[in-house]
Amino acid sequence: MSATADAAESAARIETYRRRYLELKAAGQAPARPLPPPSARDAAPPDAQLVIHRETIPGGWYWATRLARGQALRLLNHSATPGVSLMLWNADDTAERYNAGDTVKVQWSAALSKGRVLYSDMGRVLASLTEDSCAAHDTLVGGSTAASNLEKYGAPCGDAGLRNTRDNLLLAAAKFGLTRRDLAPCISFFSPVATDGQGRFVWREGLVRQGDFVELRAEMNLLLALSNCPHPMAPGTAYAPGPIEALLWRAPPPAADDPCRSGSAEARRGFDNTDPLFGGSGSAP
Amino acid sequence: MKQTDAARDPGTAVYDHTIPALSPWSGIVRRGQVLRIVDLKGQQAVDTLFYCAYDTAERYSAQDTLRAQGSAYVSTGTRLLSSEGRAMLTVIADTCGAHDTSAGACSCESNTVRFGQHTRYMHACRENFLVEAAKHGMDKRDLVANINFFMNVPVEPDGRVAIVDGVSTPGAYVELRAEMDVLCLISNCPQVNNPCNGFNPTPVRVLIFAE
Repeated sequence: MSATADAAESAARIETYRRRYLELKAAGQAPARPLPPPSARDAAPPDAQLVIHRETIPGGWYWATRLARGQALRLLNHSATPGVSLMLWNADDTAERYNAGDTVKVQWSAALSKGRVLYSDMGRVLASLTEDSCAAHDTLVGGSTAASNLEKYGAPCGDAGLRNTRDNLLLAAAKFGLTRRDLAPCISFFSPVATDGQGRFVWREGLVRQGDFVELRAEMNLLLALSNCPHPMAPGTAYAPGPIEALLWRAPPPAADDPCRSGSAEARRGFDNTDPLFGGSGSAP
Repeated sequence: MKQTDAARDPGTAVYDHTIPALSPWSGIVRRGQVLRIVDLKGQQAVDTLFYCAYDTAERYSAQDTLRAQGSAYVSTGTRLLSSEGRAMLTVIADTCGAHDTSAGACSCESNTVRFGQHTRYMHACRENFLVEAAKHGMDKRDLVANINFFMNVPVEPDGRVAIVDGVSTPGAYVELRAEMDVLCLISNCPQVNNPCNGFNPTPVRVLIFAE
């Protein structure tokens, strides 16, 4: 083949890929169906008969729990505490875990809210964000560390009131037999982080209010680590995290038009990869 | 911030290697040495991970790096922090100005979700990383969020994220000074389903200078 023909073929191939990408981008950033509106802060609690466990995690502390596929975890923020960070693993193979980068780029957005899903590094859906009253979450900046606490609060690390998310997630992971090698970028709920036009991170104060809640429905069997520490960007120099109430319950099977499962082509493909682990069924085992 | 520092003559490099298109590389950069990554043809994403050379459980932390600098992109002046909060490297020169560390590396599995099942059997960065990580006793658990040099991923104020056309011109480079002995893993990105490589992956060059 001549160099000219070679170059023409290469240009045509590039153009084909580019066109395909721009189609996906246009569809991904303007979903066929809009995302559902935020949940009402005073939404009814789950039927008490369906509740498996209630846990109140004190400010600064962590919690480690298992979720079976189909179970849901509601996190109730009665005190508007600024930030609750989570890390998730596939309980059946902990080498598979939450992947912040994939979650953001697959969904064409870092603004995670009701109707979005959390992806693993294996192209599968770990959990769906089935309820969310504030749409103010962060998975770019991550949680606090001993160093960020020291910088922000000016007190020695390790003091009783100065627990941090990195060490909390390490401790929670350890309770599953996991180590720091199993940690990766986390997701922080009730953390209203955005970027300005120059790429600087900003904290949108006022978006998280008392009574806000989120709910995750497990789409595979999960190990979940939760750290209830203030987001490092939260304003204020006093370390005063409030408690978080966690409510684990048996969620109803997703409906055929479940917004998390069918809201976008990317969501459908993620579930196409996930459901075969459980016999292909979209409902709870 | 875009900044040129052409003081180092490639002829003085203690190491000089061209990574072919689509391929992995790994190497040690000693404390005080300078790693230069050159985008030879322009618009080529270079997916990069760093580990403490003596204890790979301490590794690059994208979230800690972004939190500490307060902004979303890597450029001149960025201190790359480890999972233990220590400085691993500092970006000391950058002729491109836009590098991502939020969008991660492509994989066969995520490609199926992003682009369709027909892309499952296309080469991907995490394949490169896994092969290279295995040489150093590491496995999939050790792959964390990486830096994508020369990959342009604006994060819009409304949260929208997309990989867009790269702004690196042929010969664009970035230089990093190692603040500790680090193991560097690179995947010269093979992705053709988005603009990170101009839909046409090309070689890049890695040089290490004594200082």
